[in-house]
Amino acid sequence: MNKPETNAPAEQIAYANILFYGCWSGLALMLVTYLLYVTGIMDPYVSMDNVIKYWSLPVGQYLTDNNVPTGWGWATLLTNGDFLNFLGIALLGGLTIVAYIPLTITYFKKKDFAFAIIAFLEVLVLCFAASGIVGGGAH
Amino acid sequence: MKLNTKWMRILGGAAMGALLLVTLAWASNNPELADEAAKQLAEATGTTSALPWWGWPTILLFFCFILGIIAVLAGVGGGVLYVPLVSGFFPFHLDFVRGAGLLVALAGALAAGPGLLKRNLASLRLALPVALIASSCAIVGAFLGLALPNHIVQMCLGGTIMGIAILLLLSKNTARPVVEKQDALSLAFGMRGAYMEPATGEIVEWKTHRTVMGLLLFIVIGIMAGMFGLGAGWANVPVLNLLMGAPLKVAVGTSKFLLSITDTSAAWVYLNQGCVIPLMAIPSIVGLMMGSFVGVRLLAIAKPTFIRYMVIGVLLFAGGKALAKGLGF
Repeated sequence: MNKPETNAPAEQIAYANILFYGCWSGLALMLVTYLLYVTGIMDPYVSMDNVIKYWSLPVGQYLTDNNVPTGWGWATLLTNGDFLNFLGIALLGGLTIVAYIPLTITYFKKKDFAFAIIAFLEVLVLCFAASGIVGGGAH
Repeated sequence: MKLNTKWMRILGGAAMGALLLVTLAWASNNPELADEAAKQLAEATGTTSALPWWGWPTILLFFCFILGIIAVLAGVGGGVLYVPLVSGFFPFHLDFVRGAGLLVALAGALAAGPGLLKRNLASLRLALPVALIASSCAIVGAFLGLALPNHIVQMCLGGTIMGIAILLLLSKNTARPVVEKQDALSLAFGMRGAYMEPATGEIVEWKTHRTVMGLLLFIVIGIMAGMFGLGAGWANVPVLNLLMGAPLKVAVGTSKFLLSITDTSAAWVYLNQGCVIPLMAIPSIVGLMMGSFVGVRLLAIAKPTFIRYMVIGVLLFAGGKALAKGLGF
């Protein structure tokens, strides 16, 4: 009887490595940008006074009154301290999508078509969520 | 034993400190009062809080640090404690708390994922089909949560949190469930594996069954994760372990990894809808992650039974508060 394989498959290790480096880079970036923001080195788009006024109100009111963009609008405001923080957040959010791409290719190469299709569909689902195509539900 | 007592004292002190902090914060800035004041502010001018702009983020950082320790000792995810407690006792609107809650759960899952995958305690073959369903449904849940009136979401959140507390109290997970025969779908997906018990060197082989029912339940889990921003480890583990028959270690590991996928989709929806305020979201993430690292070290020497019951009590209280708030009491 063959001894069962306890080592993780190669594609699982590759996925883990992407998560590892991406996650810690994202968190480090988040810390640096937060310090640039709160120390006042970079001016915010929404003033600190307004942030604390509006964080107890529904998101719709915060967006309208402060002229804050939705979707990927933050990417046009990266020269502001508060929106610069979205870089680290977006890196964490995009990590799984990035990790799934080589995984999909590996499954196709291994002719494991069921998992290749599942992985490909997951990339589509996550890209759809990240795209901001559907929206407008926030009150 | 002496070391144990010392750590328990430190932990007890920290927990008391956190409770004191929250009580003070709550007393000085009741969310309902803050909400009312903020509404008046939107119409005219004035200030909402006696604290300077850095006051609440600083309190949140320390609060989340303690929360991270407690979450690890109680064996629950950070998100499930974060959302009800921060929405109940801090002046932030539920929209922003759910956005930050998802990022907290996502960051924790991404940090834990690599270690779990490399040790084969999280299985891609088990996680991938489940993740596709849960992440798709989390998008639906996120839109539902943002579209529904606030009081309805508060009510549902309260009911869910109280349900989770009861689930934690009653569920008796099985270390190694017996799976006589894999079903056809589990066989087709290759949902099986093996890992080594580090303490004994024993090789544990596992396989799953009842796959269709498990996948159907992940529809509900995904919707709830997206709707409330809770993370969903509390639901993933019983389904993977008790229903599908994965060993507890694999169920816990795969569940934690699964959150990195499910919460990604919901987090993007909240991010795109403007529900992320960095000033409060980033101290939450950093505090909870730092607390988790300390919690993991404490876990080796602390006896977490008391903490677990304390957390169940806190969840019941926070759930009841959210329910009452939703009902307008």
